[in-house]
Amino acid sequence: MLKTQEFTLNMGPQHPATHGVFRLLLHLDGETVVKAEPIMGYLHRGIEKLAESRTYTQVIPYTDRLDYLAAMLNNLGYVQTVEKLMGIEVPERAEYVRVIVSEMSRLASHCLATGAYALDLGAFTGFMFPFREREKLMDMFEMICGSRMTFNYMRIGGVADDLPEEFYPAIKKFLKEFPACVDEYDGLITGNEIFQARTKGVSVLSSKKAIQYGMSGPVLRASGINYDLRKKRPYGVYDKFDFEVPVGENGDCFDRYNCRVLEMRQSHRIIEQALERLQELPEEEPLNAKVPKVIKPPKGEVYHEIEGAKGVLGYNVISDGTVNPYRVHVRRPSFINLSLIDEMCRGWKVADVVAIIGSLDIVLGEVDC
Amino acid sequence: MENLFTNLAGSLRAALESTGLPAILTDTSMTMVKLTAILVFILLNALWLVYMERKVAGYIQFRPGPNRVGPKGLLQTTADIGKLMSKEVVIPKQADKVLFLLAPALVFAPPLMVFAVVPFGENMAAIDMNIGLFYFLAVASLSTVIFWMAGWSSNNKYSLLGGMRVVAQMVSYELPLVLSILGVVMITGTLNISEIVRSQQGIWFIFAQPLAFLIFFIAGVAECNRAPFDLAEGESELVAGPFTEYSGMGFAMFFLAEYASALVISFMCAILFLGGWLAPFGMTFIPGWIWMFLKVYLVMFLIMWIRWTYPRIRVDQLMGFGWKVLVPLSLANIFVTGLVMKIFKMLGW
Repeated sequence: MLKTQEFTLNMGPQHPATHGVFRLLLHLDGETVVKAEPIMGYLHRGIEKLAESRTYTQVIPYTDRLDYLAAMLNNLGYVQTVEKLMGIEVPERAEYVRVIVSEMSRLASHCLATGAYALDLGAFTGFMFPFREREKLMDMFEMICGSRMTFNYMRIGGVADDLPEEFYPAIKKFLKEFPACVDEYDGLITGNEIFQARTKGVSVLSSKKAIQYGMSGPVLRASGINYDLRKKRPYGVYDKFDFEVPVGENGDCFDRYNCRVLEMRQSHRIIEQALERLQELPEEEPLNAKVPKVIKPPKGEVYHEIEGAKGVLGYNVISDGTVNPYRVHVRRPSFINLSLIDEMCRGWKVADVVAIIGSLDIVLGEVDC
Repeated sequence: MENLFTNLAGSLRAALESTGLPAILTDTSMTMVKLTAILVFILLNALWLVYMERKVAGYIQFRPGPNRVGPKGLLQTTADIGKLMSKEVVIPKQADKVLFLLAPALVFAPPLMVFAVVPFGENMAAIDMNIGLFYFLAVASLSTVIFWMAGWSSNNKYSLLGGMRVVAQMVSYELPLVLSILGVVMITGTLNISEIVRSQQGIWFIFAQPLAFLIFFIAGVAECNRAPFDLAEGESELVAGPFTEYSGMGFAMFFLAEYASALVISFMCAILFLGGWLAPFGMTFIPGWIWMFLKVYLVMFLIMWIRWTYPRIRVDQLMGFGWKVLVPLSLANIFVTGLVMKIFKMLGW
């Protein structure tokens, strides 16, 4: 009788396909995964604790470092939470600017997710194409706030600065080119026979399980649940836009990937509409609400959530009436989406583990916080 | 021009004979000269192919590729190899030292041995063996053992998994590779590579045996571990597979050997199916050996094009594809070839 032995493989913390310093302890039977233990915390910086000793405005740059691939959305979630706590009304013009930059951030994040997913499956050229567009987005962010990754652009009550003159032609050019670029991704990656063989039917996540584990974002929608906070509980001015929520059917890796690609097209639509309305507004209109010089929210607790690039991004802020928040807690979608990784990986091959992690689109800054 | 190299060899032989050396010495030195020429040719080609691959990749990915070192970046690979040579060779503590060092030293041997029988043009094979094709099949699959040696001796789990994959891949793809060639052998009735090329005077075998060409090409790409069959290396899963622990020149040897074996497959494709040195449309004013290179590089470009377009296939899909698709298809090809030959014979063609 042949005796087989289970063996363990440390995937990470330094591994090309774990999207950062994430470690997965795999118990393997040959190449088949018997058990997968996620080990995280390599990028823990204690952002929530740090926030307690900073003023409300000083917390904003820390939120950039959560999901550093879609930092504008983190900014947005935090400032809206504090505004909710203080009851601040944000001027309409600032709202549109916020929508534009947030959706650009979502595009940038999804571009990276799409490209990195192709790379995870071994298609290097599939990685380069979305990165070309991501690069253009980063250039535009640089025009807006001087930074390419960590923006610190939003302020409590508005945004830091007006959109610069040179931004408008750049974004218009980008919007014109972008749909053709997404078609290109569809041709190169989505439609590829091997890509579909690698992703279709792999690691199916049932809608019931997805809800039970609090999954959100494209991961949840791929399982067939139409839940997008921009539609379900619109915040800011999102109720004024015409867009659809792409929903998957099977909840497999392919659907999770495809949801993101389809969402890119919707984000493109939102930016187009927001830009149009923004330019209709008179330019004299302020970009900031009247906010006291020292931000001292009243005693109380508030929870606010927005639709981040990876899922529902929630901020829970407790104020004790001083200049520093008493407690800031972040509901990080990447972390929660990762909670089922063991069950999702079981019975699949090592190569599939890479595909599964990629399809969850985690970012370690957010997982470890 | 056509006989440039054969004339060179002839005059060299004449010069040697005129010095009054014994025949055996003349033969030995002639063989040595030929083999040295092949060695230089392959090593230069490997260098050039790395550069070409990067340029092709650059072109596909709308970026310039290497363009800093030397004119148009031509010296980039040379510089890279120079850098790798100057690096320390790190041997892991737990590694099997002998095997670990032997593997990169041996990895060039199989492709080099194959080239001994490959004709670069009319009468341009170093050794015109009458079982050349058989020899090619026997020697080419040896590289699997070397990859397995590297994977096993590194004592690293990623290397081990990579080594396992190499062996599994070889078992599944060697068979369709051999079976696809069988159609050609049946038509020509010879295992001599030069004879096979000569018998394509009438029709190239890519037209007579299109299915066999496809199977041979796919199995060949799998055989030399190129994408989408680069499972052994599989950098997004296995870091670098069997080569994970290699550094410096050890790594460079594997790196260059990959191109040497890809070159072998390209040569075989050109010889068996694309008419070798035969000129198409009677364009004989271009020498045969140039035609040979053009065809080889066409196949090479195809391999690169595929690599930079497709994702990697999964290990069970790879085996399934080999056993369930390629093997039955190649068997069917043999059957149909036999049938057609029989019918032709009955019709008296």
